Amino acid sequence: MTETLVPFDEVIAKYDPALGLEVHVELNTNTKMFCGCPTVFGGEPNTQVCPTCLGLPGAMPVVNAKAVESAIRIGLALNCSIAEWCRFARKNYFYPDMPKNFQTSQYDEPIAFDGWLDVEVEGETFRVEIERAHMEEDTGKSTHVGGATGRIHGADYSLVDYNRAGIPLIEIVTRPILVPAEKAPAVARAYVGQLRDLILALGVSDARMDQGSIRADVNLSLAPKGADKLGTRSETKNVNSLRSVERAVRFEMSRHAGILDAGGAVLQETRHFHEDTGTTSSGREKSDAEDYRYFPEPDLVPVAPSREWVEELRGTLPENPTQKRARLQEEWGFSDLEMRDTVGAGALDLVEQTVAAGAAPQAARKWWLTELARRANDAGVELGDLAVTPAQVAEVQSLVDAKTINDKLARQVFDGLLAGEGTPAEIIAARGLAVVSDEGALSAAVDKAIAENPDIADKIRDGKVAAAGALIGAIMKEMRGQADAGRVRELILEKLS
Amino acid sequence: MSERTNNSAELIKKTAAELADALAAGETTSVEVTQAHLDRITAVDGGPESGVHAFLHVDAEGALAQAAESDARRAAGQARHLLDGVPIAVKDVLATQGLPTTCGSKILEGWIPPYDATVVRKIKDAGLPILGKTNMDEFAMGSSTEHSAYGPTRNPWDQTRIPGGSGGGSAAAVAAFEAPLALGTDTGGSIRQPGAVTGTVGVKPTYGGVSRYGLVALANSLDQVGPVTRTVLDSALLHELIGGHDPLDSTSVDEPVGGYVAAARAGAQGDLTGLRVGVIQELAGDGWQQGVMDRFAESVGLLKEMGAEIVEISCPTFVHAMAAYYLILPAECSSNLAKFDAMRYGLRVVPEGDPSAEAVMKASRDAGFGDEVKRRIMIGTYALSSGYYDAYYGQAQKVRTLISRDFAAAFAEVDVLVSPTAPTTAFPLGDKLDDPLAMYLQDLATIPANLAGVPGISVPAGLAAEDGLPVGLQVLAPALGDERLYRVGAAVEAALTSRWGGPILAQAPTLEGPR
Amino acid sequence: MSQLTRDEVAHLADLARIDLDDAELDHLAPQLNVILEAVASISGVAGDDVPPTSHPIPLTNVFREDVVRPCLTAEQALSGAPEAEDQRFRVPRILGDEQ
Repeated sequence: MTETLVPFDEVIAKYDPALGLEVHVELNTNTKMFCGCPTVFGGEPNTQVCPTCLGLPGAMPVVNAKAVESAIRIGLALNCSIAEWCRFARKNYFYPDMPKNFQTSQYDEPIAFDGWLDVEVEGETFRVEIERAHMEEDTGKSTHVGGATGRIHGADYSLVDYNRAGIPLIEIVTRPILVPAEKAPAVARAYVGQLRDLILALGVSDARMDQGSIRADVNLSLAPKGADKLGTRSETKNVNSLRSVERAVRFEMSRHAGILDAGGAVLQETRHFHEDTGTTSSGREKSDAEDYRYFPEPDLVPVAPSREWVEELRGTLPENPTQKRARLQEEWGFSDLEMRDTVGAGALDLVEQTVAAGAAPQAARKWWLTELARRANDAGVELGDLAVTPAQVAEVQSLVDAKTINDKLARQVFDGLLAGEGTPAEIIAARGLAVVSDEGALSAAVDKAIAENPDIADKIRDGKVAAAGALIGAIMKEMRGQADAGRVRELILEKLS
Repeated sequence: MSERTNNSAELIKKTAAELADALAAGETTSVEVTQAHLDRITAVDGGPESGVHAFLHVDAEGALAQAAESDARRAAGQARHLLDGVPIAVKDVLATQGLPTTCGSKILEGWIPPYDATVVRKIKDAGLPILGKTNMDEFAMGSSTEHSAYGPTRNPWDQTRIPGGSGGGSAAAVAAFEAPLALGTDTGGSIRQPGAVTGTVGVKPTYGGVSRYGLVALANSLDQVGPVTRTVLDSALLHELIGGHDPLDSTSVDEPVGGYVAAARAGAQGDLTGLRVGVIQELAGDGWQQGVMDRFAESVGLLKEMGAEIVEISCPTFVHAMAAYYLILPAECSSNLAKFDAMRYGLRVVPEGDPSAEAVMKASRDAGFGDEVKRRIMIGTYALSSGYYDAYYGQAQKVRTLISRDFAAAFAEVDVLVSPTAPTTAFPLGDKLDDPLAMYLQDLATIPANLAGVPGISVPAGLAAEDGLPVGLQVLAPALGDERLYRVGAAVEAALTSRWGGPILAQAPTLEGPR
Repeated sequence: MSQLTRDEVAHLADLARIDLDDAELDHLAPQLNVILEAVASISGVAGDDVPPTSHPIPLTNVFREDVVRPCLTAEQALSGAPEAEDQRFRVPRILGDEQ
């Protein structure tokens, strides 16, 4: 069936969307949620399994304390209330990648609930309300064999590796997000992005969307503008990049509008997102999958975090990334544009560390966003992966400030650093880069230039100070660049006054 | 040859405590004791068609190897435990590394676990040779062992009758002198009721008192592993060995275990002065066999003679225990048994054509599960379905609270509660096979303890006059008060043994082997 | 409580992934109704003020330190597998014909 897609401009003119995001965060604990098997990525198949995570008859789960701690810290960072008492529940459904044919999860008693995250889009703040954050376990991984595409559809059979089964997940569920239609895709993207930054700052997950350690499910419904009731929603599963989140929302808005415009009814269903085309397709899940027959997991006892523990964990929270950004911008005196560029280049932490090492904020920003960004780009690496540390950048800048070198020489120092030639001081010495501060040599060079350019000298004597530039150029050439241009200018003016 | 036979006949009649003493004194060896029991198994156990059929799998080679190691340790003065070298039988619901574990089900035929249940690890570490795995109702669902997919176990007292269930295999093995000790599991009476109808002793410890890790769960919030023996002292010895906190079982209670052996020895002195005993009024009346009630009255009389004060206690919500149990258990088991789906282990039935995983799951589960298992899975699936949860499972969990309150009120008045263990003696095989409700009534008296998590013991109370079959006395104590079971149980056992002039099993017919 | 119809029993069997044939449905459906009738007496026994008991012995906060324990070998893990390939469990195609 081909879908009628309504252009985005038309969608936003007629409809209001309700967004909902369910984000699964795979924790970076050493061991799984309910057993002592390691969680490291990429092991040989079925080597990180035990009776518990393999669902062998008789095996039992025991909760990983670190996972509970991470769940509480995530909850606190999202301004949630932390349950005084909560339980795990079994979510019953059959699927070959699920060893027990139930997922041990939390149902009506999540560990964290009623929170919020403020999301910024183009300078505007949107508050996303968090309904809950709960603990659960991941499933195994199926490889589909045969068929045309290697996908589940048309496969002859599948091969299952349970190394991933039982890895702790935190599922973070928003309340319906009601934002102006034109902002919906951007808000969805910004929410997932800022959530990822927060998770990274907490250090509880690798937060790699490309490796699946953060996975987003996007719920979307449309209602005619002014309607007092939400429309029927679709749930697009496992959207694996920020860009895809934005595209999935956009596509689903256009698709829903097409159905509604034609007088049809949106099907409440699971959809799959396709990176290559930016479209979604029906997941065609079994209808009985809805009856999960939840009940409290009888093999586990309730989790009742003491208030002391919760407060202790609150004390370990890092600064909220959004608030931190605002604070640094204020402290550094950056313009909005400068700040956005800094963040966009992934240079925020580098600039912060360079400033901490003694450099002025603008100087730190200048090096990272121009000279070093260009080199990173040339080398095809992330800025943070360059062989230059924030401390070294601060040191180079301090040498510029002391007029030992100038900006042009500083660039050569960076060349040396990237080539592994030692410390900035060693590179300056080895490459003979220091600015000549010998007044005698400088004075002689000035005298020589004046003598060789009497016309220009006369102009300066007549007050045309701007003409000094030509002399400075000649002198800098004579000194092979290793002179402080400011001092040269001073000397010229002194001698010709 | 005849000397060997006589020695063998003597050895299998000994209790575990006596065997431990004989081993310690160097009067016998573990190999000799183990071989004697293996010979007895060969002689009387038979198979699905005839004989006691207590065992689903006998590991003669493994048991003798363990016995030889035990003898070597003893010779070197390095025995690990009092019971080092005393052989044991293990209910087939407990995971045993390298030994088949089928839970009495076709769906697990041939499955060999790659790990040991914690209790199995403990008995191995203590040096008890494992004779084999005992028969049971499929996944412990039943009260007669007739629901085993591998054929029923027969009661050594009368091989046309049931040995109780679900742990009929463990009880019959001990009653038929095929093993001095056995491990059982009790979800609603599966240790105690078989104990009652085979004239043996069975203990359901306090919930959380013995690790459930490696016990293939029937109903996780009700199951407990416990001892199956011929004497109260033997149960105490085994209970002390298997009990205690296990970090692999989140519901395991972190309390010190012990004092059971001391309590059993003290109880055997026969002085119960100061003990207050409550007789549960609700566990009597219609459906309770006269011979059972007579023997029960006799036991109560004995308790009084030994100095106990007898009090009538009413536990009004016990009448709802059965309904609560048959909602909670199916709900939990419907989820527990979902893992048997033919994907990772167990039976796989592939229908014709090119079936999907789902089709294979359905066909395998249909072929692999028996009727009783299917009934309970379906009831449980229904009870947990959206729209019915509150009315069924939720309500059952509330009734559980009421039953716990009845126990709490009772134990505020008395130290222990008593009742007959089962309403009838062993009934004929096939009698209740197609009448699930009649079968369920066998557990009327034993279920409340599981719902409330309190410990219970069944000790022989004599034979019913009308059929000459064993009757059990059930003693219940408050949670973590397991030592009271041993004190009272040992006292009754001592008094009755003296009245009978020997253990009740001495009155059982001699088994001539399978006919 | 109402009686289960044959269709409802078939639906439950489907949810529980048991392929009951007509004969089994005929046999089991009445038995299930007898059992449900017997347990129906539970309704109304406990009022709203009675809290449910999910664990008989109340414990809370039973945790495990985040320390790696030995795993099974792949050989052990796969030892019971009806079919294995490339050190993985081989299972029939996951989507059915109706997909």
